[in-house]
Amino acid sequence: MCLGIPGKVIKVFEQDGTPMASVDFDGVEQTVCIATTPEAQVGQYILVHAGFSLNVLSDTEATETLKILRDLREFNANLDEEAKVQ
Amino acid sequence: MTGSLDKLRDASLTKAIMAEIRRITTQPWNIMEICGGQTHAIMQYGLDQLLPKEITLIHGPGCPVCVTSLEAIEQALQIAARPDVIFTTFGDMLRVPGNQADLFTARSQGADVRVVYSPLDSLKFARENPEKQVVFFAIGFETTAPTIASTILSAEKAGIENFSILPANVLVPPAMRAILSNPVNRVQGFLAAGHVCAVMGYHEYPPIAEQYRIPIVVTGFEPVDLAAGILMTVQQLESGQHEVTNAYPRFVTREGNQTAQRMIAQVFEPVDRQWRGIGAIPLSGLGLRADYAAFNALNRFELSQTALRESPLCIAGQVLSGVAKPHDCPAFAKDCSPLHPLGAPMVSSEGACAAYYRYHRISE
Repeated sequence: MCLGIPGKVIKVFEQDGTPMASVDFDGVEQTVCIATTPEAQVGQYILVHAGFSLNVLSDTEATETLKILRDLREFNANLDEEAKVQ
Repeated sequence: MTGSLDKLRDASLTKAIMAEIRRITTQPWNIMEICGGQTHAIMQYGLDQLLPKEITLIHGPGCPVCVTSLEAIEQALQIAARPDVIFTTFGDMLRVPGNQADLFTARSQGADVRVVYSPLDSLKFARENPEKQVVFFAIGFETTAPTIASTILSAEKAGIENFSILPANVLVPPAMRAILSNPVNRVQGFLAAGHVCAVMGYHEYPPIAEQYRIPIVVTGFEPVDLAAGILMTVQQLESGQHEVTNAYPRFVTREGNQTAQRMIAQVFEPVDRQWRGIGAIPLSGLGLRADYAAFNALNRFELSQTALRESPLCIAGQVLSGVAKPHDCPAFAKDCSPLHPLGAPMVSSEGACAAYYRYHRISE
């Protein structure tokens, strides 16, 4: 039910006065209502649920999360190496 | 997909998080993932089997189909049976058992029951069928609430008068409090539902974390997100902390989506609601405000009261409260299966019983 799929905004337009967007989900294009995120712009990623946008992706945060997790991976790899040496 | 989103799907990152969980865990902990979508992702990717044996994941009530009250389903069946009605619903609701029948049976008996992907589809049917009443079964948590609120606002703006909803939306924080107040509660940490928080933020959670001295970590749905949420919860549990933290910052901020929250607040107000298998939880549902009462299907149709009868075998309430696991139920995979469900958690694609059945968690 609370499934949310990230998709890329490729066009924004109005339909009967409601802000809408064409969104690309890995090659499948769908029309999404963006009344809940009218700030969404072409090129940004939005989280889509039941035909509506729930929020706009923060690319900065995604990159930061990736960095933290890569550091953790390196930390664990170093621990494994130390264990082998001992 | 963006570079960073693709890269987050790198399995070696999830493995590294799992290794870190194993490294820091010193004693048993029970962690509840609230959202049924997370339950299924955990089972699908086998994350429960990769965790150290000390970590037990308890599956929460975050399956809207499962907790929609029997009374609401009986109301849905009565409304759907009317010849002047097109009844629209998310697909998961079709096979949820009422007293004796479900919406699927109603459709086979001639009711015009249509599955929709979005509440907006219902509005399209209303436009195309002005001689009919189109009723949408409004289930779901805070994730779905803005989509329904926005649809009602669109109907109001366009003057579409033959559209209404059967209100059954529920709210997460009151359910968390109900679980924590249960004398037999075993939950020591929560993975908060990431997509509920994408809408609502997580500013409602610090009082819960403080009152019950329990860590709450906002968690997403990819394997790497779930693993990170579990790690951040275990870190707190092992160090005796009880904070609210965010493991899903790419889509969740503390304040959430305020435009969506305003839409919900404009159309809905908190009301007491009955949760199937659990019981009444104060102010745990969304009812239509007086200004939008005209969109309430219960005000449009005269319905009769029916006695409500649950299966005596089904222990769905205990499963939804995290007190029992699906395979603790004597009917599990015997009298109850997705083809012949006794309770809603075996029906829904987010129900814990369906997840255990599908991914072969037949016993511990």
